[in-house]
Amino acid sequence: MISDTAIWTTVALLGAATYAIRFSFLGLLAGRKLPPWAEEALHFVPVTVLPALILPMILYAPEGEGWAEPHRWLAALVALAVGIGTGKMFLTVLAGLTAFAGLRALGL
Amino acid sequence: MLNAAITKRDWSGPPPPSTPDTMLQRQDTDWAAPSARGVRAGATAALQVVVAVIPFGMIFGVVATEAGLNLWQTMAMTVIVIAGASQFVALEFLTDGAPAAIAVLAGSIVNLRMAMYSATLATYWTGVPMRWRLPAAFVLHDQSFALSIARQRAFPAESVSDRLGYFLGVGVLTSSVWVVATYAGASLGSQIPAEWGVEFAVPVTFLAIAVPLIRTRADWAAALVAGALAILLSDMPYGTGLLIAAAAGIAAGMAAKRAGRAT
Repeated sequence: MISDTAIWTTVALLGAATYAIRFSFLGLLAGRKLPPWAEEALHFVPVTVLPALILPMILYAPEGEGWAEPHRWLAALVALAVGIGTGKMFLTVLAGLTAFAGLRALGL
Repeated sequence: MLNAAITKRDWSGPPPPSTPDTMLQRQDTDWAAPSARGVRAGATAALQVVVAVIPFGMIFGVVATEAGLNLWQTMAMTVIVIAGASQFVALEFLTDGAPAAIAVLAGSIVNLRMAMYSATLATYWTGVPMRWRLPAAFVLHDQSFALSIARQRAFPAESVSDRLGYFLGVGVLTSSVWVVATYAGASLGSQIPAEWGVEFAVPVTFLAIAVPLIRTRADWAAALVAGALAILLSDMPYGTGLLIAAAAGIAAGMAAKRAGRAT
């Protein structure tokens, strides 16, 4: 159970930090440009952070120890294939969730 | 004399043509205000991305409710942060028992890409005054940025007022839909049975966001290095493994890009 203090602190600070990032070059740093290496590094932020979050969530069991059951990573593979094939976010989520429920019902 | 002429001018209308005289004024005064035409064009264009925003907002509402957030907390987060991926990330860290500071740090890192959006938009917004930049920054997110850049490429000669209007049209509409969809998800949340695998919606949502972003070979190299390290380092406390994995992935991506250029 998450404490109320933790939630409200996160809401306030994450909101403030996110606004500061958004406003950065539009306001506080207006007229300044990002150095090319920083722009290149920032491009790779979502490309690395998201896979780094996804893979452990898929491979390890959600409640505690050990590897996840096969339906978990099989469903993720289905979603990955649909994502690469269609490029449509909603179809990707739908395919992943359907495969997850279906494969689990099959006992995988 | 020149200053008097500037202050008397009615700045609410369309921007003046770029004669040498007005170019001189632009440096003194920011004149641009969003045009109604731009707002309409932006709101119309936003309809195509709203289809993707609705399910994500609903999933966030459901997941936040399942994590134990009440309606007020869920809605406060969605209204104040308005950045889906980072909201999911912060929530995931809190659910794992990480302190708020770590959840904020992880969420902020996910949003660092918006510094790049901010820097890119700033180059198109010459003449936009602070009183518009302040509220506009609030609705800067993936959709408003992507559509604005596409618009900029399609109509490079469009006036700054139309550009600003277009950006606000997309930003305000998509943000409002995000908030309403979250509310719908949060209201439904407690009624959705656990067997549906709502918890699995979080990694699948991340996956759906990540896949379209990973385009080049360097992107794949960065993603694979980061993902593999994250698996190995997942026992490290409070997401520190995530930070190391992301940093190594970024370095790998930049190196792969150099190598690709060299050959």
